[in-house]
Amino acid sequence: MLELYGTSLASRLLLGTARYPSPAVLSDAIRAARAAVVTVSLRREAAGERAGQGFWSLIRALGVRVLPNTAGCHSVKEAVTTAHMAREVFATPWVKLEVIGEDDTLQPDVFGLTEAARILCAEGFEVFPYTTEDLVVAERLLAAGCRVLMPWGSPIGSGRGLNNLFGLSALRAHFPDVPLIVDAGLGVPSHAAQAMELGFDAVLINTAVAQATDPVAMAGAFAQAVEAGRAARLAGPIEARDFAAPSTPVVGQAFLK
Amino acid sequence: MRILVNGVWRETAGRELAATLEELGYGGHVVSTALNGEFVAAEARARTAIADGDRLEVLAPMQGG
Repeated sequence: MLELYGTSLASRLLLGTARYPSPAVLSDAIRAARAAVVTVSLRREAAGERAGQGFWSLIRALGVRVLPNTAGCHSVKEAVTTAHMAREVFATPWVKLEVIGEDDTLQPDVFGLTEAARILCAEGFEVFPYTTEDLVVAERLLAAGCRVLMPWGSPIGSGRGLNNLFGLSALRAHFPDVPLIVDAGLGVPSHAAQAMELGFDAVLINTAVAQATDPVAMAGAFAQAVEAGRAARLAGPIEARDFAAPSTPVVGQAFLK
Repeated sequence: MRILVNGVWRETAGRELAATLEELGYGGHVVSTALNGEFVAAEARARTAIADGDRLEVLAPMQGG
């Protein structure tokens, strides 16, 4: 079973809650994905609105664990303050730490990320850093106190899948005992299966489900892919090779020339 | 006095943060607050003074990825 900061989770699919066509579709998608963890955020709310209150009631009714993010933060101070605010509202030490460094790719500012992670881990937060596949950055994040890493597959919302298979494989091999969750960029269930086959512990999906023509059906498809990929990893996949290897035994083959 | 609430100037009576939130219509809302960029915990709102020109952020749960 997947264990993150001492919490055992029945599902290896984490689901984002943004960009769904309606709250009802979001609820159904969370159920169809069999997600045990959903990501949430904080935004400004006008006094006359109750959108945030309604959303929070919906999530609480589903009984899933929440992972608040610091999406949109570009500085260490913003991210740390947002984490404090999220911890109070969502009553959890978990935080998906995002410090964005570049607006076109939304790639993490890994320097700010490690600094913010160091501050938050020292304050008792259980940090899920949104990072790249860079091994040195991963080392720094672990040294800062992180016990889970969330490397990107490709830029957020791009649907491009795993851009750097070598880098992600190297990350997995270097940190065999650290829970690694591929976050961002997965577009179709085969991407999720591939991440699981590479040995990643879980995946986080949002846009690929929320923006699908039928988000609920896509959530179910991702759930199956994650299970298939995990089962395949445990079953021990064969190594790829450059040339054909006959699958039918050649011994005893008839001579019919 | 005038304070900036979520980027909009609002006229308030200038009481402590807890009373100001009630005055602004956030009574009963699940929100988190920051004053001039610094987090103010819920239990500290009743003793947190507001000054003219302060920047108040009032954040609520929202969908996120």
